[in-house]
Amino acid sequence: MAKLIPKPKMSAAEAAYVPEIAKGLRVTIGHFIRNTFSARGSERSDIETIDYPLEKREYPERFRGVHRLTLRSDGSPRCVACLCCSTACPAQCIHIEPAEYDANDPKHGYERYPKVFVIDELRCIFCGFCVEACPCDAIRMDSGLHMPASTRREHFIFDKEMLMAIPAADGSHQTRNPRHEPGDPTHPGLDRDHH
Amino acid sequence: METFQVAALIGKLIFVVGVILLFSPLMAWADRKQSAMIQDRMGPNKASVTLGGKKISLGGLLHPLADAVKFMWKENFIPPEGDKLLHALGPLISIIPTFAAFGVIPFGGMIYLDHLFDVLPAAPGGPAFPFQVASLNVGVLYVFAVTGTGVVGAAIAGYCSNNKYALLGGLRAAGQMVSYEVTLGLSLVGCFMLYNTLLLEDMVQWQHDRGLLGWGIFRQPLAFILFYVGSIAETKRVPFDLPEGESELAAGYFMEYSGMKFGMFMMGEYVATVVTCCLLTTIFFGGWSLPLLHADGFHLFGATLQLNHLIVSIIGVLTFLIKTSLLCWFTLMIRWSLPRFRYDQVMKLCWRYMLPLSLLNILVTGIVVLLWGN
Repeated sequence: MAKLIPKPKMSAAEAAYVPEIAKGLRVTIGHFIRNTFSARGSERSDIETIDYPLEKREYPERFRGVHRLTLRSDGSPRCVACLCCSTACPAQCIHIEPAEYDANDPKHGYERYPKVFVIDELRCIFCGFCVEACPCDAIRMDSGLHMPASTRREHFIFDKEMLMAIPAADGSHQTRNPRHEPGDPTHPGLDRDHH
Repeated sequence: METFQVAALIGKLIFVVGVILLFSPLMAWADRKQSAMIQDRMGPNKASVTLGGKKISLGGLLHPLADAVKFMWKENFIPPEGDKLLHALGPLISIIPTFAAFGVIPFGGMIYLDHLFDVLPAAPGGPAFPFQVASLNVGVLYVFAVTGTGVVGAAIAGYCSNNKYALLGGLRAAGQMVSYEVTLGLSLVGCFMLYNTLLLEDMVQWQHDRGLLGWGIFRQPLAFILFYVGSIAETKRVPFDLPEGESELAAGYFMEYSGMKFGMFMMGEYVATVVTCCLLTTIFFGGWSLPLLHADGFHLFGATLQLNHLIVSIIGVLTFLIKTSLLCWFTLMIRWSLPRFRYDQVMKLCWRYMLPLSLLNILVTGIVVLLWGN
């Protein structure tokens, strides 16, 4: 059964159309004047666009960017090659080959170091589990960088030297969490010889 | 014809062609940039030239240039089943009338060559010419006659494309333009009676003699609204762009056009907008006349700031161009503020509201002119 829908009633001003046009023009001219005569990004401008390649939105402080390996004060990686990160990694993009220090090195028998540390940034899903898993604060994602584009797959395989060369967003290669070397007064004294 | 007249004619032609060639890419730019500003976008800003290692984009002003280059290099597609000759004629027929209409528009007042560098006396003499290409005694009727042929271009373009959408678009264009031609002409009859002339330059003089309140928009406000609406419909711009209504007709009558031929349609539309804004300026906004500016300088509170004839003439031409630009701006504002009509609404608006109103305007103006004179 057909249902009759009554036409909406219009007031005389609405039917005359011209006052309604004036109302519409008020809105559009308002936008036009605000956006034309105030700088983009200023308080009065309504334009939210960021002109991307020329201007970049600032990433938040906790943005998970490209990984970096943090350094000790002597410039060696903090990583002790415990394989926690590569175990935690759901994408299995971290490859570590651990190695022992020389026999006369004081760290020998105390900890290992990564001979090979490779991250396949194409496989990485940037979940941050590796950072959470690391007991030494050796791998971080606070570089503030996203992966730069490239047409070659090899460019996305980051080796140890590459990862160590990437600084944090503040430019530092270390981390704010101090490391307690054996022999330091802050060291809790838990090594293999129970010193 | 004397030498100075030939030289003046060539100069005026160069000026008019310059105005057209300047205004149509500017309109294309303004259309895009202005819509961006209205819709909180950034608009065209990428086309740039590199000068001395610095990228210069001029706020997108170079985009019309890039468009022109693109138009020239695009494939000139002609529908295989379409009519080749008519397909080529369509854009020409629709663009040439709009160019021709510029011929009678007065960009400035009379220019007296002997008095260029001194204050114009009350009774100037010597060689003189008006700042308009041709002063025809049919005046504004010539504009209607010429722009009326523009409908043929749109109809032909729709007919020769061998495309149902294009044909429907051509039909809509023809129906709409012929209908609004009637209102357009009748809405101005009141002005003719008031100004007592058909000559555009005399209309400007009439308004100039009566100062700001003598402008047509204050003497004939209804005629202004009717003529403005009619002229938007005549140039097939939003909200009257049914001939190219992309939601139902893809692109309407110029659907099968590409490259420079499409560019000509687009340019024709912009030039037509400029020409109607020129007409509006001339008939309703006092043309080249600036309030308080007289032939010998500014008059204010009985004091006179005397100016050279040349400077007064230049101010006049600039006044005309600025008024026209403001009207073009307003037309674009309307274009980006209103949604498109339905086709029956377009026809109803024309025949049931605007036509009776324009007849009423003629009646009332006639009575007023008879009783009180103009």
